[in-house]
Amino acid sequence: MNRRAAAVWMLPLAAVLVFGVALSATLGYLDVSIPDVFAILIAKLRGLDMPPGIDPVAATVVADVRMPRILAAVLVGGLLGVSGAVFQAILLNPLADSYTLGISTGAAFGASLVIVLQIFGLALPPGVTIPVFAFGGGAGTLAVVLFLAAGDRRLSSTSLILAGVIVAAILSAAIGFLKFLADEQVGLIIFWLMGSLAGASWANILLLAPTALLGTLVAVYYSRDLNIMATGDRAATSLGVNTVRLRLVLLAVSTLMTALAVSVSGIIGFVGLIVPHMLRHLIGPDNRLLIPLSFFTGGLLLLVADTLTRAVLPVEVPIGVLTALLGGPFFCFLFKRRQRNGATAF
Amino acid sequence: MAPPLSERNTGQLWSLREVHFSYGDTPVLRDIGLELRSGRCTGILGPNGSGKTTLLDLLAGLQAPQSGTIEFQGRPMAAWPKKHLARLLALVPQDFMVRFGFSVREVVEMGLHPHLHRFATPSEADRALIDQALAVTGIATLADRPVTRLSGGEKQRVAVARALAQRPTVLLLDEATSNLDIHHSLELLHLIRDRFERQDMQVVAVMHDLNLAAFFCDHLIFLKEGRVICQGPTDEVLTPATINAVYGVEAEVTANAFTQCRQVSFRLPASH
Repeated sequence: MNRRAAAVWMLPLAAVLVFGVALSATLGYLDVSIPDVFAILIAKLRGLDMPPGIDPVAATVVADVRMPRILAAVLVGGLLGVSGAVFQAILLNPLADSYTLGISTGAAFGASLVIVLQIFGLALPPGVTIPVFAFGGGAGTLAVVLFLAAGDRRLSSTSLILAGVIVAAILSAAIGFLKFLADEQVGLIIFWLMGSLAGASWANILLLAPTALLGTLVAVYYSRDLNIMATGDRAATSLGVNTVRLRLVLLAVSTLMTALAVSVSGIIGFVGLIVPHMLRHLIGPDNRLLIPLSFFTGGLLLLVADTLTRAVLPVEVPIGVLTALLGGPFFCFLFKRRQRNGATAF
Repeated sequence: MAPPLSERNTGQLWSLREVHFSYGDTPVLRDIGLELRSGRCTGILGPNGSGKTTLLDLLAGLQAPQSGTIEFQGRPMAAWPKKHLARLLALVPQDFMVRFGFSVREVVEMGLHPHLHRFATPSEADRALIDQALAVTGIATLADRPVTRLSGGEKQRVAVARALAQRPTVLLLDEATSNLDIHHSLELLHLIRDRFERQDMQVVAVMHDLNLAAFFCDHLIFLKEGRVICQGPTDEVLTPATINAVYGVEAEVTANAFTQCRQVSFRLPASH
């Protein structure tokens, strides 16, 4: 990779993302023009009064309702994209992501537990406990999946995905039981399990933004080591890569990124799987480029999906349902094409 | 022309004393004591499961023995920083597998990793080194192809090119030619032998084929069931008695005028 190639891809994508954010902020029940969006945001950021000629209702809608949700969509999409790219690189498996490894379901279980505990009157501050429980659930699931698959020393696709499916199935049953316990308030859990950014707040952004920044930086920092990992553990170690530390650090970071994304948005599948996969077809497997681009592309994808369900579709479809409905068939297409190209499926 | 063996610099590379290694409860290497010196191409031979690859892993610092000491250039293996060791030792694995479609050039460039600062881009000299490694291994025309689309022999040459780009003091080969046809095997071994003759690089090779070892190695170490059975200059130790003791086959060793090497022919003992 050279730096020019990185700039050629990164700068336009970042520009499209900024434009997309602005455009999305104009869309919705209330029409606001793009210049007005910028005027409102600049005034807000600098702590000034709204300039004359701007509807104060529009200012509130854009700054306090739409922006947190839009930014949450970008950040969650970016987090899922980066963590997917890292999971695939570290487990040497293009089918790995937080969803197929069961980590999302584990995080969802942790979060559902908090919701149920709250229904039963346990006073816990949800702003803190949901992310903590989600991370605990995600990390615990990853540990169990790796333990189950560890008998196979190469951590092959089949054993990892099977372990992920088994653990996710058990957790889904457990979540089902939590739903049963939640009784009449089951809607709280269900809506959240299907994935939604409707409730995103500025507090969420304060949680997601530093995680996304730090997580992506850590992943980029280790991206050359990740490339070398693709040539096998023994070869990588002989090139001076500390494979054990690399795995531990990056699995922990990716699980944290996934869990925080899940704690804000619920389960949103396929983004972490499709985004790095698609990018690898376009720009090749070099993680130094793939990881930052996965952030931008994941963010853009989820922004488009969330804007569709928020402002374009006549009814709001849960975003997790939308990504699965769009991403699933696309993934089937990739799967069949790989087989046609003579490669064994994965 | 390379100077005769006796005149070459024979410095100390590794020194192993009472080395034991086991995987779980299974002992793999027992009481290994060895001196590996530079200036000769060393081969490690032995039947399947005799501990050859494990011994190579210990030399490369990929595994640590449960007891005993291993020193490299007079310093205990554990005291070498891994990154520093990677600048001195390069390993060519038996089965070079790459999981994603990196281009051949990208894979060979990975050989620069121990020499380059994390965010540094390769210099002109580095790029020239890569081009040279691609050229001498005969894969320059494949440079932009995804390595996942190459044949086994081509992949193995990529692994060697990457090891050369690592500019190692010692090249460690783990049955690097076992998946190659005879033409590619000879080509690869000649290439490495040539580097060695020009004293660019020392070589320790785990080998399976006795006849290739006879041509390639100056010094042989025979392992059986995790112990060193015998070692010495190829001409002295590659004998019917050694081969019988190590592999349990009857052998005839002749000086071959055609190859100018020792040649071995085998048959099972008559009692079979």
